Formats: sequence, structure tokens, C-alpha cells
Amino acid sequence: MPPLYLDHNATQPLKPAARDALLAALAVTGNASSVHGYGRAQRRLLDQARAQVAALADLPPEGVVFTAGASEANNLALCGLPATAWLVSAVEHPSALAVRPEAQRLPVDADGLVRPADLAAALAALPAPALVVIQAANNETGVVQPLADLAPLVRAAGGWLHVDAVQAAGRLPRALWAAGADSLALSAHKLGGPQGVGALLLARPTPLAPLIAGGGQERRRRAGTEPVALIAGFAAAATAAIADQAGEALRLLALRDLLEAGLRRLAPDCQVFGQAAPRLPNTTAFAVPGVAAETALAALDLAGVAISSGSACSSGKVEPSHVLAAMGVAPELARGALRVSLGWTTTAADVDRFLAVWKDHLTRLKATAA
Amino acid sequence: MTNLAPRPTYLDYQATTPVDPRVVEALLPWLTENFGNPHSANHRLGWEAADAVEQARAQVAHLINAEPREVIFTSGATEANNMAIKGAVRFRKQHEERPGIVTLATEHKCVLESAKAMGREGAEVTVLPVEPNGLVDLDRLAAAITERTALVSIMAVNNEIGVIQPLAEIARLCHAQGAWLHSDAAQAAGKIPLDVRALDLDLVSLSSHKLYGPKGIGALFLRRRPRVRLEPLFDGGGQERGQRSGTLAPFLCVGFGAAAAIAEQEMAAESDRLWILHRRLQQRLAEGIAGIVFNGDAERRIPGNLNIAIPGIDAQALLKALPELALSTGSACTSAEVEPSYVLSALGLPDALAAGGLRIGLGRMTTVAEVDLAAERITAAASRLRQAA
Repeated sequence: MPPLYLDHNATQPLKPAARDALLAALAVTGNASSVHGYGRAQRRLLDQARAQVAALADLPPEGVVFTAGASEANNLALCGLPATAWLVSAVEHPSALAVRPEAQRLPVDADGLVRPADLAAALAALPAPALVVIQAANNETGVVQPLADLAPLVRAAGGWLHVDAVQAAGRLPRALWAAGADSLALSAHKLGGPQGVGALLLARPTPLAPLIAGGGQERRRRAGTEPVALIAGFAAAATAAIADQAGEALRLLALRDLLEAGLRRLAPDCQVFGQAAPRLPNTTAFAVPGVAAETALAALDLAGVAISSGSACSSGKVEPSHVLAAMGVAPELARGALRVSLGWTTTAADVDRFLAVWKDHLTRLKATAA
Repeated sequence: MTNLAPRPTYLDYQATTPVDPRVVEALLPWLTENFGNPHSANHRLGWEAADAVEQARAQVAHLINAEPREVIFTSGATEANNMAIKGAVRFRKQHEERPGIVTLATEHKCVLESAKAMGREGAEVTVLPVEPNGLVDLDRLAAAITERTALVSIMAVNNEIGVIQPLAEIARLCHAQGAWLHSDAAQAAGKIPLDVRALDLDLVSLSSHKLYGPKGIGALFLRRRPRVRLEPLFDGGGQERGQRSGTLAPFLCVGFGAAAAIAEQEMAAESDRLWILHRRLQQRLAEGIAGIVFNGDAERRIPGNLNIAIPGIDAQALLKALPELALSTGSACTSAEVEPSYVLSALGLPDALAAGGLRIGLGRMTTVAEVDLAAERITAAASRLRQAA
């Protein structure tokens, strides 16, 4: 039986349109900064791709700064944007949490949500302009932040709102992740594009100190020869995401409801994290008391099923998730947390297969315990 | 498609190289069936991707005789150069009272810009001139390196004029003062033997797309014994031993690894072939164009990079007269700016001659017929332009 991949928040398989665009661009040579025909052809591909990626967020193309990925985009925002204070939500990705040790943490409630009152209070206590970093949707729980309520508070305080939209872009309507943001971090491979490319999108002109200095690429905001094939693949994935988002969201939501109903049926004490909050349609983070994540992952892997215990970044480290800790989840329960994330390749049969394997695991655990 | 004009002949292999079809074949599976995140520690798809990344790392390491764990993947040589220079200077300035950086006027723009950025952070920046042949003056360099020098950054091979710097001698001067030596080897790796042990290098930047691999990936060699330590350029998931956060792209790593392995295997034969083409082109141009100047040292250079200047002829005019050839006036990163090359100016060429600089880059796909065509067209264009003047 082929392996079953249910770890789409770690990385998504490349969409066919993205693969085609990438391979087509890989077949032609040229450096986009060269003035000869080969260079100009690359430049045209790059300009077109920039417009496509900008269209995903409905922002101006000149605000798109291509980077090696979202980690770099978050670092670039936190290091390069002018600010005198930094306010970072406690459930951010490590690439946003680690950059400014002096940053203030913005707490979340038990559902994983940033409360507008907390944001307002934190902003009032900080010198302006503050750079506020909030995810549109969390990579581990899928919880979607109320950006429509939060963005006006940042604006009123004269701050800058940087939204890590890595998990939300392509999965949610644009209004839920792009509206009100002053800048956005995007990752190609989380929306069906290739690994190795991402972008920082600026909603309006701003000074931005480059992280990577050198030639004049990306309007002097990010040096290095542009990887046009990767960028073309990113753009094709972005265009596909615009077309597919609404339909995919409904389809995945139906699959996830199936999944969560099954989880509860098999273990009535199963807890789904962030359940009361709006969530991405594809993500379920859950734990069953007494079921350890490590053994579950090993058993699932033996059965050819790939899921995750949380964020894939801190490779190999068995640490309780900082996201669940911020939500006040007890460490014993957090240690059993598993994440199933669905994507464009997932079918109803896949969900059934996962539930069958999960059922076997629970049965075996019960038998051993008895 | 109505435009059936033949594609211009590509003679700009220092700007970028085509991806070798064997490299495309190697990376293809990693675009389709094997798509795991190499940092997913929970399942087989992740482990397989991680294994592929490690195999590629070993291939890249082998090319420069490094240990695999000394190789950090980056998004390219520009990032690697930024990482090496900013990381080493920031670390040693803070922990070892070594705030100095010494580099050359002919370095790649990203090296000079990184050094400048360190100057803004309080580092002591020394930018040394070069000899008229493009090589470093070792006496002057020795005088510039002190016990306050954190890092010396000198490229292995120049991107505009192709000269090879004497890295082994430079390393001796650096280490006598406890300074680390970083070398931007984007133009050298895969073209000339580059042994980090024999040369005694501390940090080396590599680029995949300059050696027939994909764009968007490069690497930094980071010596382990004695240990070279850097402040990371950016933070996050702590990938690449904490030196470089961000999800690695297995298909790019695999492509880079395959490109490195091919380059290593074919280096000797390809170098011989390129020298034949190089000498053939040089001879024809010298015979056809009176007074033509070949910039950069005649002996200590790589084959396949000719930088010419023709007295009385402006490079832009020459380029315009040669639409059938894809050439450049200098580094691609700066070629959009129409001003004399700072590299040629650093050789002491007068502006008039520096403005005449034209770079001809030969590479793996270049044929004898293409070289002959280039010689004939450049000679004819030069002669036309001279008559018109």
C-alpha cells in the first residue's frame, strides 16, 4: 500500500501546475540581472511571477520581496522593518519568536486566540512604532486569529502589523489573512509550490534594511541571483490557490469533520485543541489521555501513515509544544499531541484508512494495558 | 510564435550556467513522489528526504575535501557570503576583541556590501587594492592583517576577470595573526581543484547555479577543527546545526549534490577542453583586433573567462552590435547599471578602457563552432565600429 501522507502543514506535495512551471523555467538558462536576451526572458518570468504572488494577497507587485522561504521572510520583517518595540504572539513559528529576544510576548487564551483587549493593553504600554507579529493561522493547531479585530488596534496605535500567513494563504479567503496586514510572510511549499522559496509582501512602501546584502536584486531589499524556476513554481501554486481555495476549503472541511467524528467515536475522551476557535479547514491537533505521541507515531509510520507531533522544524527534539503550553494545555496531555493535516491530495478513503490504523493502535494499547 | 530568429549564442557562463540535464534527472523524483519535509522527524517521508539531503551534503563536501558536517546549505553564495562575513565579524568582535575585516576592492558586490554593513556596526573595514593583473599584493595584505582582524575575505576566482588568488599563501598570512580566511569560491568550485585542507581555509562560499546546478541553493563551508563560530544570519527552527533556519528543499540539495559530483568527476577533462577553446578564442581576437587588451593575469586564471577591452570602443556599443551573442559587460548583479566596472577600475585601467570591458564566458555546452562564431562576429563588429568612429 502506498504511504499515506497526512502532514500537509509540514510541506505539501508539489501541485502539477507548479511542477510544470518550475520544470519549464529550469530548462532555460539566464540570470535575471543580465541585460541580454537570456537575462531579459528570465526578468519577464520574474515580473509575471511577482504579479501572480501579489494577486494572491491582492497587494502591489512592487511590495513583493522574494526570499528563500518564510523563515527568512519573518526574519527580514523583524530585523529589517523600522520599529522601536516588538510584540510577538506566544504561538508564533520559531522563525518569528527567536529573532528578537527583547520582543514582548502577546498571550493567547485557552482556545489559542489573541484577545483584542490584551493587544490593546500591550500596545498602550509600548513606545510607538511597535512591530506586531501575529500568525493568521497556527501551524500546529490551525487556530485562526481574529485579524479583523486586531489589525485596527495596531493601526490606531501607529504600529506595523506583520502577519505570518504561511498556513492561511491558499487555505482561507484572503479577507481572513491579508486584509489589514502591513506585511505578510508566505511560503511556497505550504501552498503546493516548491521548497526553497517564499516572500515578504509589503502592503505599502517602507524602509526595509536587507538581511542579505549584495547586488541590487529585489529593489535592494534582498540580494542574490533570483531563483526564477522556484519563483515561477511559487507563482503557479499561488494562481492555483486563488482558483481552488473556496472549493478546497469546503472539501477539506467535510473530510476533517469526518476525521474528528471518527476520532471521538474511537476515543470519547479525545481532545481536539483549539476546538472552540475558528480553525483552518485542514488541521486537527488532538490528544487522547494516556496515549503517548511517540508510540503512536511509530505505530502509524509502520502502517505507512505520515502525521506529525507538531511543528516539523525542531527536528528530532521531543519537547512539549510551545503553542499548547501557551494555551494552558497540561504538559502530560500536550506530550500526547498529534497533528493530522490534510491537503489537496487527501481523499475520503485516506481519512477512513487513517481511522482504521488509529483504531488498531488504540485496540492494541488497550490489550496491552489489560 | 512568429519570431523564428535563432537564439543568441550563450557566452555568459559566469553569470549563470544552464542546469545540466543529468542534474534535472537526479532532482526530478524529489519534485514528485518524494516530497517530504526533511525536518519532519515523525515519519518515513521526512527521513527519506533527510537522507537525500545528507547524501547531497556529502557530495558537495567531497568537491572541496570537507567533512559533510562542515557544509551548511544556504539559498546561494550571496547568502553564504553574508553569513560568513557578518557572522564571523559579529562573533569575533563581541567575544574576541577582533573587530577587523580585510577584503579586496575586486570582491563580489555582496562581499563588499556585507563588509560595509559591518563597518556601520562598528567593525574596522580595510579594502585593499589589487595589482594591475588583478591579484592580491601579499606584502600589502600581510601589513593589513593584525591581531584585531577577525576575518579576511578574498575570493578564489574573480567573477569578472577570472584570476585565481593565491589562497594557500593568503591563509598562512591570516593564520599567523589568528585571523580566519573566508573565500567566495562561487566561480572556482567545480572548475579548479579546491581543497579546503590543503589550502587551509576556514570559510568557503559555494553556488549551485554557477556549476550547472539549480538556482536557489548554495553552501557555506564552516571549518570544525579548529572551530569557526558564527552568529547566525537568521533564526527560527534551528536547522543546519542552528546556523541556518528554514526548511531545506531536498530537490535543490539533490540537484546541487549531483552537479557537484559531475563537476568533480569531469573537472580535469573539462578544464583541458575549455583551455583549448579559450586559447583559440584569445588568439583569433588578438589577431583580428589591433590593440585588444585581455584583462587579468594571463597565467593564474581559470579557462573559459576572457575579459577584453578594445581601445576606442565602448562596451555598450559593442554589445549592441552583437545581438547574436549573449555577453556581458561585467557582473550580472551590476550590469543593469551602466558605469565602468569597479573591478576593471581597481586594476588601474583608465575609465575609457574600463568602460570597454567585455566578459566572454565559455562553459560546458560551448562548442568550437560557437567560439569561432564569437571570434568572427566580435572582430567584425570592432572593425565596423572603428571605421564609423
